[in-house]
This record gives sequence, structure tokens and C-alpha cells, in this order.
Amino acid sequence: MNATPQMTTGNAYNFGFLDEYAKKEVRRAILKAIAIPGYQVPYASREMPMGRGFGTGGLQLTLSLIGPDEVVKVIDQGSDDSVNAVNLRQFIEMTCPGVSSTTKTAKCTLIQSRHRIPERPLTAMQIIVLQVPYPDPLVVVEPSEDKRKTMHGEADYSRLLVKLYEDIVKFDEITISHRYPTRINGHYVIDPSPIPRWDVPKINDAAALTLFGAGREKKIYAVPPHTKAEPLAFSDVPFRVEDFRDATGQRRACNRCGCVDSFLDEFISDSGDKTYQCSDSDWCDEQSLHAEQPQGEQA
Amino acid sequence: MNKIFEVHNLSKIYGPGCPQCIDSTGPEADTNLCPHCGSVVAIHDVSFDLFEGEILGVMGESGSGKSTVVKALYFDQEPSGGEAIFYDSEKQYDLFALNAAQQRWLRNHRFGMVYQNPNLGLNFNISAGGNIAERLLMSDLMDYGAIRERARALLQRTEVLLSRVDDLPKNFSGGMQQRVQIAKALATQPPLLFLDEVTTGLDLSVQARILDLILEIQQELKTAMIVVTHDLGVIRLLTGRAIVMKYGRVIETGLTDQILEDPQHAYTQRLVASAL
Repeated sequence: MNATPQMTTGNAYNFGFLDEYAKKEVRRAILKAIAIPGYQVPYASREMPMGRGFGTGGLQLTLSLIGPDEVVKVIDQGSDDSVNAVNLRQFIEMTCPGVSSTTKTAKCTLIQSRHRIPERPLTAMQIIVLQVPYPDPLVVVEPSEDKRKTMHGEADYSRLLVKLYEDIVKFDEITISHRYPTRINGHYVIDPSPIPRWDVPKINDAAALTLFGAGREKKIYAVPPHTKAEPLAFSDVPFRVEDFRDATGQRRACNRCGCVDSFLDEFISDSGDKTYQCSDSDWCDEQSLHAEQPQGEQA
Repeated sequence: MNKIFEVHNLSKIYGPGCPQCIDSTGPEADTNLCPHCGSVVAIHDVSFDLFEGEILGVMGESGSGKSTVVKALYFDQEPSGGEAIFYDSEKQYDLFALNAAQQRWLRNHRFGMVYQNPNLGLNFNISAGGNIAERLLMSDLMDYGAIRERARALLQRTEVLLSRVDDLPKNFSGGMQQRVQIAKALATQPPLLFLDEVTTGLDLSVQARILDLILEIQQELKTAMIVVTHDLGVIRLLTGRAIVMKYGRVIETGLTDQILEDPQHAYTQRLVASAL
């Protein structure tokens, strides 16, 4: 493999900030992760010029995958304009000359995201990279990593299910709001990053490759395209996504675009009223445009 | 009667072990600590058979290796040597030749264990019902309603108040904790149950009721049991056959009545004389 540095003018960084050997190592971990869906592949997480916990795992994946003709989109909590997303995008633009960025889900080839998967279904040409704080779903029931590895190997997830049982006993429903444990390809259970329950069905049989990078915990895992991803549940208490109905049973609509089938964020105005808006800002923009131009010219 | 368990030459040595370990330990040497290499010969050359629906007693003083026997058979501790064959209806399993996943499967589906210390057998941070659910979930029952119903039935069978099914076991009395443990062990209707000093530390009336419960279960479900205890009363009440251990060796084996009425080994004679 060619590991000569690809120096570029303008700044002294190698293309993609990481050196070629580092990228190669990350890519090998990615290949292994794809080959064993849901398995947490350890890798040598590099120091990045930002604190661990700010998306260094996702960023290393992005920088290892990126090529000069890539179109990148960076999201933080569904929005392209929040501080974390803007900073990561600027960093990528600075260290990867020639790469273009976009906020349009439809136009990008590589998405780095924190906490959301875009509402618009991804295509086979796209890769989504999710930033992960805690890769191991078993950490809540077993503190020893050694034992957790054995449990993963033997697909022993009964203790996670006991947690669901206890939830139903106490609250009559499963109360996990995000990081919902999801079984991939019938074996490994993953922590699908802190995406809301709403997004979990999107990784099931998805057209796009979903990659998960945990920088602090030094793990990479993947859900390859068209792979089964089943949220853990009981046969008579099925998995449910978030319920956006109001007290009258009416599905709440986005305050801005009027969409009634997207994940909504709740905002509380100064007067104390609650309003709801699409969490995915690009989706919201697109829907608003559709509303303005009923003929439907693509944005 | 069908044989359910066959144990041959089970041994467990803690430490490096040396060629003289076996000769220089045991009842004759009056120690289980090898003077040459400092290893502890916890058990050596333990063999016995167990038949369907039978209760076998393992008695001896503390440190005699009786708990180590059940811990090895329940895969809590890996033995240093020996063989154990478990006959399960048509199938037979050579316990120590199985891989970890197969061992876990047997442990979860076909064996049950009740520890002296409920801390080991129960998770105190989840409800009594949740503890039983854990075992049912391990055996791949995935229906919440069915799990709940089964947990309640088991707790009712072991005489735990149904109103406390969702309480944490750490808020239970010692006797109740043992009942929950028994309910958990019975959850998958295992053909074989290990009872490690189940009544030790409980007061006498609670002891009597737990022992009654164990006998009832044995008669109802025809569960074979291995009962480890230093309490000769428990041995006399529960078991049909018993083995006596000292310093990791079996020194006497036979029908319980025979051992208690006519002990042959000097140690057993002393044990029986001191207790009865």
C-alpha cells in the first residue's frame, strides 16, 4: 500500500490530517467491522486536535475514508449549523483541500453525524459515520470488559433484557430514549450511538453503510448495507419509536415546515409555550421549499 | 433408576502443584496444604454417581472441599482433573470437555444452584421477579407476559408473598432471599439442583420450612440434588445417600442412615458423636 504522505500546499498537514499509516490502520479496522457486523473492533485511536468526547472517533473514520472528490455533510443533533458541526466541518475543509461540503443530505457522499440519522433515506452511494461516546451496550450491566467480551462472544444478552423487564415492571414501558440496544445480523448487540429510538429502524436493512467510531473508547463497529438490525424487545412488548402525539391524540407537526412524519425537537419560548420543530434542519428546509413550490422543484 | 450424573476422580489443586502433593496431603497427613510446594489440594479423587430424583449429601468440616465439588460441577471453578458425565434424557455430556458456550447453556438450562450466600445467586439491584426473569431470558423465553406469569408461579410455589414480586431482594429477610434463590434455580425446571449450605445461618423454624420446601420440590418434580452441608440434621432429613469428606478426600460413602448409625471412619465417628 502506498503510504507516502500526500502533502498539500497551504498548510503543513497531510491530506486528511492523519498520516497515511494511521488511515491505513483505521481502514483495516473498518473492513474488519464490516466483515463482522456489530463486532466492536479495537483500534489505535489517535490524538486529535480536540478533546476526546467531541467526536474524535467519528472524525478519524471520516478522515480515513475521505477522498479529494468527496462531498461531506456534518450534522450535530440533526443540525448543520450547531457549533460542533461547524467546527468539525471547518476542520475537514482545512485539512482536506479539494473536498467540498454541503448541508444537503441528497447531495453528500459522506456524512459525519452526532446523535441523528437524516430523515431522508440514505442511498447505496452514501456512508454515514456516527460519533459514539459509549460503544458497549453491556456496560450498564457488567463493569468488567473481559467478561463483556465473553458475553458478546456467546451472544449472552439476557441481562440487558432483564433491564428491559425491570423497565416494564416499573414504568409499564421501556424507558430507554436513546442508545437503544440493537441486535445486528442476529448476533452482536450494539449501542447505536446516542441516536433516538426514532432512528433505530433506519439502520435496519439500510442501503447505506453505517459506521460507528468511539475515539475515547477506541472501538469501531459497523452495520453494513442491507443488514438486519433488530432493537431488543419482548415478543409481546414490541419496540416502539417516540410518540409525537399531543394530548388529543393528534400527531404534532413541525412548526416551521408542517411535516408530520419527522423527529421533532421541543422548544420552549420565552412566554413558556412549547413549539415543535424538525430536528433534521436539512429535511425541514427541503419540506419548507416543497410547501412554497408545490410543483416540487428539487432544492 | 436412571443415572443422571457420574463423577470420576475429580480434583482441584490451587497453586503450582508438585509430584508429592497428593501423597503429602489428605486425612492421613492431616492437612490439605502441600508442604513441598505450598499448593492447596482442595479436592482429590472424588467420584460418585447420582440417580434421577435422588438427593446426595456431601458433608464435612469447613475446608474439606465439599463446596469446591459443586462449584466445579456448576462451572464456577475449573477443576484440575477428573471427569463428570451428565445424562440428560437421551443425551450425555462430558462436562469438562464442553466449550464455554455449551457449559453456559447447560448451566442455564439444565442445572440450578442455590448458594449459601444469596449475594452470589441473586442480583440485589433488580427485583425478585427480575432475578427469575433473568434465568428465563437466558433460556430464550422472550415473552414478557409468560415470563411474568412464570415468575409469579415460582415465587408462589416457594411461598414468597406475591405482593413482593417487584421488590428488591436486598430488602428481604434471609429466609425469603433463599426462597427467591430456590425459585430462580427452579425456573427452567432443571433435572439437577446444587444446594450449597442453603440453610446455614437461618433460624431453626425458617430452616425447617426451607427443608420442607426442598423435599416437596424433590417429590413433585423428581429433581436430583446434591446437598452440601456440615449440618448432620439436614443430611439426615434430606438425603438418601451421603459422602463424607475430609481434607479434600472422600473418606466414607454409603446410605445416610448407615453412615449416621454406624460410621466406619474415625473422623465420621467423631462427627456423628459430636452432633447427635
